[in-house]
Amino acid sequence: MVREFRAQKLRMALTVLAITWGTISITLLMAFSVGIERQMHKASSGMGQGIIVLWAGQTTMPFQGLPQGRRIMFRPEDQDLIKARVAGVDKISGEYMRWGVTIEYGKKQVSKLVSGVYPDFGEMRSHYPQPGGRFIDQFDFDSKRRAIFLGWKVAEEIFGTVDPVGKMVMVNGIPFTVVGVMVKKMQDSSYHGPDEDYGVIPASTFVGIFGDPYFDNFIYSVKPGVNTKTVEQDLFRVFGSKYRFDPKDTHALWFWDTVEQAEVTRKVFLGIKIFMWFIGGMTLVIAGVGVANIMYVAIRERTREIGTKMALGARKGHIILQFMTEAMFIALFGGFLGILFSLAITRAFWLIPMEGAMEFLGRPLVNWPVAIITVITLSTIGFLSGFFPARKAASINPVEALRYE
Amino acid sequence: MNNNGHLISMKNVTKVYKTGKIHVDALRGVDLDIGRGEFVAIIGPSGSGKSTLMNIMGCLDMPTTGEYHLDGRPVANMGIHQLSSIRNKKIGFIFQNFNLLAYATTFENVELPLIFAGKPGAYRKQRVMECLENVGLANWAEHKPTELSGGQMQRAAVARALANEPDIILADEPTGNLDSKSGGEIIDLFEQLNELGRSVVTITHDMNIAHRCHRIIRIMDGLIESEKHNGNGRDKNLTQD
Repeated sequence: MVREFRAQKLRMALTVLAITWGTISITLLMAFSVGIERQMHKASSGMGQGIIVLWAGQTTMPFQGLPQGRRIMFRPEDQDLIKARVAGVDKISGEYMRWGVTIEYGKKQVSKLVSGVYPDFGEMRSHYPQPGGRFIDQFDFDSKRRAIFLGWKVAEEIFGTVDPVGKMVMVNGIPFTVVGVMVKKMQDSSYHGPDEDYGVIPASTFVGIFGDPYFDNFIYSVKPGVNTKTVEQDLFRVFGSKYRFDPKDTHALWFWDTVEQAEVTRKVFLGIKIFMWFIGGMTLVIAGVGVANIMYVAIRERTREIGTKMALGARKGHIILQFMTEAMFIALFGGFLGILFSLAITRAFWLIPMEGAMEFLGRPLVNWPVAIITVITLSTIGFLSGFFPARKAASINPVEALRYE
Repeated sequence: MNNNGHLISMKNVTKVYKTGKIHVDALRGVDLDIGRGEFVAIIGPSGSGKSTLMNIMGCLDMPTTGEYHLDGRPVANMGIHQLSSIRNKKIGFIFQNFNLLAYATTFENVELPLIFAGKPGAYRKQRVMECLENVGLANWAEHKPTELSGGQMQRAAVARALANEPDIILADEPTGNLDSKSGGEIIDLFEQLNELGRSVVTITHDMNIAHRCHRIIRIMDGLIESEKHNGNGRDKNLTQD
């Protein structure tokens, strides 16, 4: 059997190449598609997963004798009000902000944004601590501890290679203990600049130092299965009755619904994915035509050989069995090489640091069903396009096959 | 059985080739008997139908009409597998252009009919070497056909034809692509085979070769034009025409 390959070296190599190449193209296309999708998902969840940002606005409608154009401001007690009156809200944290806060360690001094938040903020906003540290907890909050959680970029700027956890920093001249540093994350959206570049302290401590009477915004998540729009209507109703504005006054409260946004992103990516499947399908057709062409020509050229073998007493079964073994070998070998190369190439991409464009390309991941379906499809095409001519050559009178030039 | 014990018995065999609207009468009613142990030359100009006759004899092609009995059995009734089996075991075919598989060694080429016959490996090995020794190619077993001379290639083909110990050797211009010395060696081989009792039928253009056979059949325009016995044949079984 292997003997036959020697004669057909070039053609066999070409068929193997066609199957290998087809498998690589489609497998890689799909592998990158998976990588990009995961990366997009990661980036879009960088600011937080399933959260809504709520700002107070300005009224645009006169209400109960009050004029339009009144500013609405959230007070600290509003957090409990929402918890008590809006059933759909799961976690919630008011947020105070102050820009241009001085943070210093040793001789290093930087000017950054500092937010005052509640313990639930950390999880909602994907503020995960690096090993050895933690986020602001309930104890920090209750006892108004001077604890600060730093973005990794701030930490790097002022600490360099020193481990910041447990160290003392001066925040506007007041000593704070660094309780944790944020793990690096991708973030493609934000409402106050990237999270890497600011510090977070307990809201209670914040009020004690800066004395802010109003939240800048709320961050909240909704309970599973609850429609974010329903919660928005509830909030308009609750705040409308408290601050006396028309619940239909859409400018009184502002929402940034990342749940809704994630849904849009998902649909966009679904479009990209359909496009990639389409390209993949087209590539498969082209590869299939290539394989069919080579196999078909190979068998036609071998008709004389089939004639000789028939003259020597080969039965139809001998010819077809030989062909089938060959086709199987080529298909499996080509498919094996294709998958092997695909794995190697995707592995190689894993070694490239996740920086710049790579951050959006992500880590390609071989989609096994796609790889296997590709190999099977190409093998079947190669098999059929060789099988029928071979069977035909074995079915005619040997003399006709022998005469074939 | 109406073959009078002949190995090959043809009655009014015709062959018409149809290519589109053109009909070519390659054979127009051939009656021919060849007995066991005969050494027969078929001669005739190009296009006279001698190759067609030989292909039908070798079960590589089927007659359009007429009867052909091979070793007493009507070929027309045989299925595709039976024909394969006949070609494999009863007939040894030798071609003008050798038709050796270029990528296989001499050994592997000679082994093919034994593989098709389903013979076990150990037997194949022994039998192939026997055949190669018979044709003087024992030392060339592991060489490819491309490394052999024309005469050696044809001797390899003879060894291949002999592998399954067929009743009859059919050779279609076996010396056509050889120089006269190599050609002579092939005919020497045929003579030896014939002396051992095997029937040999060969097509040839070369009258020197034809005269070494015991019986010369001349084909012209799809019919047997004349027959001549050289008188030194082992089998004097004559045909009726």
